Amino acid sequence: MISRLILFVIGFFIWTMLSWPPDLQHAIIGVIVAAFVAFITGDLFTSRPANFAHITRYLWFVYYVPVFLWECFKANIDVALRVLNPKMPIKPGIVKVKTSLKSDTALTFLANSITLTPGTFCVDISRKEGVLYIHWINVKSTDTEQATKLIVEKFERILKRIFE
Amino acid sequence: MNNIIGYTFVVLGLMFDIIGCIGLIRLPDVYNRLQATTKCVTMGTCSILFGTLIIKGFTATGLKAFLCILFLLLTAPVAAHALSRGAHISGVKLWDKSVCDKYEEDK
Repeated sequence: MISRLILFVIGFFIWTMLSWPPDLQHAIIGVIVAAFVAFITGDLFTSRPANFAHITRYLWFVYYVPVFLWECFKANIDVALRVLNPKMPIKPGIVKVKTSLKSDTALTFLANSITLTPGTFCVDISRKEGVLYIHWINVKSTDTEQATKLIVEKFERILKRIFE
Repeated sequence: MNNIIGYTFVVLGLMFDIIGCIGLIRLPDVYNRLQATTKCVTMGTCSILFGTLIIKGFTATGLKAFLCILFLLLTAPVAAHALSRGAHISGVKLWDKSVCDKYEEDK
């Protein structure tokens, strides 16, 4: 029930932003649509609604955004230079990394962050073993431990505090 | 002033988009091409939208641009993930000079 309520609030907020400036017509339709969506998919949205009440999680998320954007920016410069270099200095391969994150949301965010950062993107996740398969455009180490340290750790630390 | 900053972001975004497209043509296999397209094109498009947000401010257009950034950041990696996984499972090989393929070994 609480899960549905949270989804309703988020849905209505996004609807209001999409139909800016707010007026009565849009607000009424928005309430109907958001309620319908929340009713249908509400129980899928979050399994632990209590997490939404923790203030520290939001603060960590605010810290996570600039870290992520900076990594994202570096990733782009890096890939752009590799693409434009006439010799194309790439050394691709798929490596395996370990993660200690368990929840769906945390894993999704980890995979998305990895995909958008320096020369790496996520090919597959095995949640049972806590393993991610990462395609790396410039493999620095084929060893699982070493690769984990280079790719996953900087995000894992923060994401654990946000979503776990 | 806002216009100048905004247009800088738009031009930067266009540059990244072009580099992404060049990468799509130059890089050797599916996975490397996905690298170029997901990163450069996501960042490029987000940058263009962010420029729009700065030029327009928090008006109807600006807010929609901002929402587009959020949706793009959430969905583009998922698309890349789905494409690469699909390609690997249906047997698309890595480039000859690839260093290792742990995914193949673990299957």
